[in-house]
Amino acid sequence: MKSVLPILTVVAAIVVMWYAAAIGMNAKWAREQAARQGVELGFTELVADTWSQDRPRLPAPHQVLEELWNSTGAKILAGKTWSKRSLIYHGWITLSATLAGFAIGSLAGILLAVGIVHNKAMDMSVMPWAIASQTIPILAIAPMIIVVLNSIGIQGLIPKAIISAYLSFFPVVVGMVKGLRAPGREQLDLLKTYNASGAQTFWKLRLPASVPYLFTSLKIGMAASLVGAIVGELPTGAIRGLGARMLTGSYYGQTIQIWSALFAAAILAAGLVGIIGMIEKLMLRRMGVRT
Amino acid sequence: MVSQPVIRAENLDLTFQTNDGPVHALKGVNLTIDKGDFVSFIGPSGCGKTTFLRVVAALEHPTGGSISVAGMSPDEARRKRMYGYVFQAAGLYPWRTIRGNIKLPLEIMGMPRDEQEERVERVLELVDLKGFGKKYPWQLSGGMQQRASIARALAFDAEILLMDEPFGALDEIVRDHLNEQLLKLWAATDKTIGFVTHSIPEAVYLSTRIVVMSPRPGRITDVIENPLPRERPLDIRDTPEFLEVAHRVREGLRAGHAYDD
Ligand SMILES: Nc1ncnc2c1ncn2[C@@H]1O[C@H](COP(=O)(O)OP(=O)(O)OP(=O)(O)O)[C@@H](O)[C@H]1O
Ligand SMILES: [Mg+2]
Repeated sequence: MKSVLPILTVVAAIVVMWYAAAIGMNAKWAREQAARQGVELGFTELVADTWSQDRPRLPAPHQVLEELWNSTGAKILAGKTWSKRSLIYHGWITLSATLAGFAIGSLAGILLAVGIVHNKAMDMSVMPWAIASQTIPILAIAPMIIVVLNSIGIQGLIPKAIISAYLSFFPVVVGMVKGLRAPGREQLDLLKTYNASGAQTFWKLRLPASVPYLFTSLKIGMAASLVGAIVGELPTGAIRGLGARMLTGSYYGQTIQIWSALFAAAILAAGLVGIIGMIEKLMLRRMGVRT
Repeated sequence: MVSQPVIRAENLDLTFQTNDGPVHALKGVNLTIDKGDFVSFIGPSGCGKTTFLRVVAALEHPTGGSISVAGMSPDEARRKRMYGYVFQAAGLYPWRTIRGNIKLPLEIMGMPRDEQEERVERVLELVDLKGFGKKYPWQLSGGMQQRASIARALAFDAEILLMDEPFGALDEIVRDHLNEQLLKLWAATDKTIGFVTHSIPEAVYLSTRIVVMSPRPGRITDVIENPLPRERPLDIRDTPEFLEVAHRVREGLRAGHAYDD
């Protein structure tokens, strides 16, 4: 647990800077309000005001935490876990699209990588397209996907999952190709002396050798999936999901709501990536890698 | 009894095309290895020892001349799994136990499971690694890993054994022990062995014939028949006969170098 102290130090520093920034960014509004009422604010009053505004430019950490609690734990206690104001409800909407997109994207990525490594034509043709696909801004393509699918009657989870998959397949392709090509010449020659088939080479050498690379890519892919799902909730006035929470928050100047949705997304991402990390550890230990 | 050639190379050439121009790794190599021979290849670095072994194993294809392995082309011999190859580096799979690594060729050849187990046990004992089957490669010393890789090559009982400096990284004592074991194995199985080494005593102790090579272009400068009896206790290395053969090998190596200057 030696790593705890540095982490806590960094967190503390961020919190301090955050509170300071909240004073700076919200002071103007506080002074204007005070001037309108003809009162002069002392320093302590000013600070207290900047940390407790309803619609601050930058909400203070405790405001975000309070909102987070109110829209999660408090909702559970009140038996309203699945209400429209519950972040658990919105988080689940986003999470389900993320997981679906991640599954599609990872699978597509792995299959493409296998194709690229085993087929010269695919090696030459797929990679440039994969790279090109990532140069198109997702914000430009997301609304099109949603509108096109909507016009043929597909809405909800699937369009968002497709956007997620679109973002997450790429790191998986890149990492998996690298992993499948990791075995060196001697390792491949050894199998050649056994007259091993291509399939045997794949299952017994290339695939196991690619596992560490795969997990690294899966972590990146998972984070990308979440971004994709959130972006998929932004256009066309979605009303459900963390993205929708951020969007409606910005319509009404509900900065605290935006920030709490942001935090929920970050916590979700950390949790998902953490789960993959744990599976990775278990898997590598089972494969006998020293840890 | 007329012994039949297991490996026959005639006027063998192999030129690598590299960015710095052609490299003549093998030039005009003529060599016949009979069944049951133990042939050592010795020579300075870069003289084509590894390349020759790789040509026999069909991992490299000659650019001239001809070569046959057990009366077939090297590629056919490879497909028939006529040889086991021990690489310079142990090359064990880190995700497989020692047992799993030795099983690898047996799995690929589709051997029944109980026979796999039986063979793994046998070769583990042969290379003195009994009880280490469940360990992973990183839990073993370099010498033990190399022994495991030899066990892997022995497991499927090929007629020909090609070994590229298998003991190069080991200490003297382990080396002596493995040399003894290898001789015993060879005597017991009538395998044909091609063995690359940098050590003159090792070559003399092990082989029936010693092939001396020299570089640029890689070629055979001398083939020395070893008159020592097949039965060789370790202390045969102190006999005048042994020293005489070692002397001839050293002379051969020196002659190759003089040609080079
Ligand atoms: N794949 C390759 N491409 C180009 N040149 C090569 C290749 N493999 C070997 N060579 C060259 O061929 C020559 C013979 O190499 P080889 O590996 O057979 O030497 P060696 O006798 O085994 O040397 P060492 O004792 O150092 O292992 C060297 O000059 C080497 O650089
Ligand atoms: Mg070599």
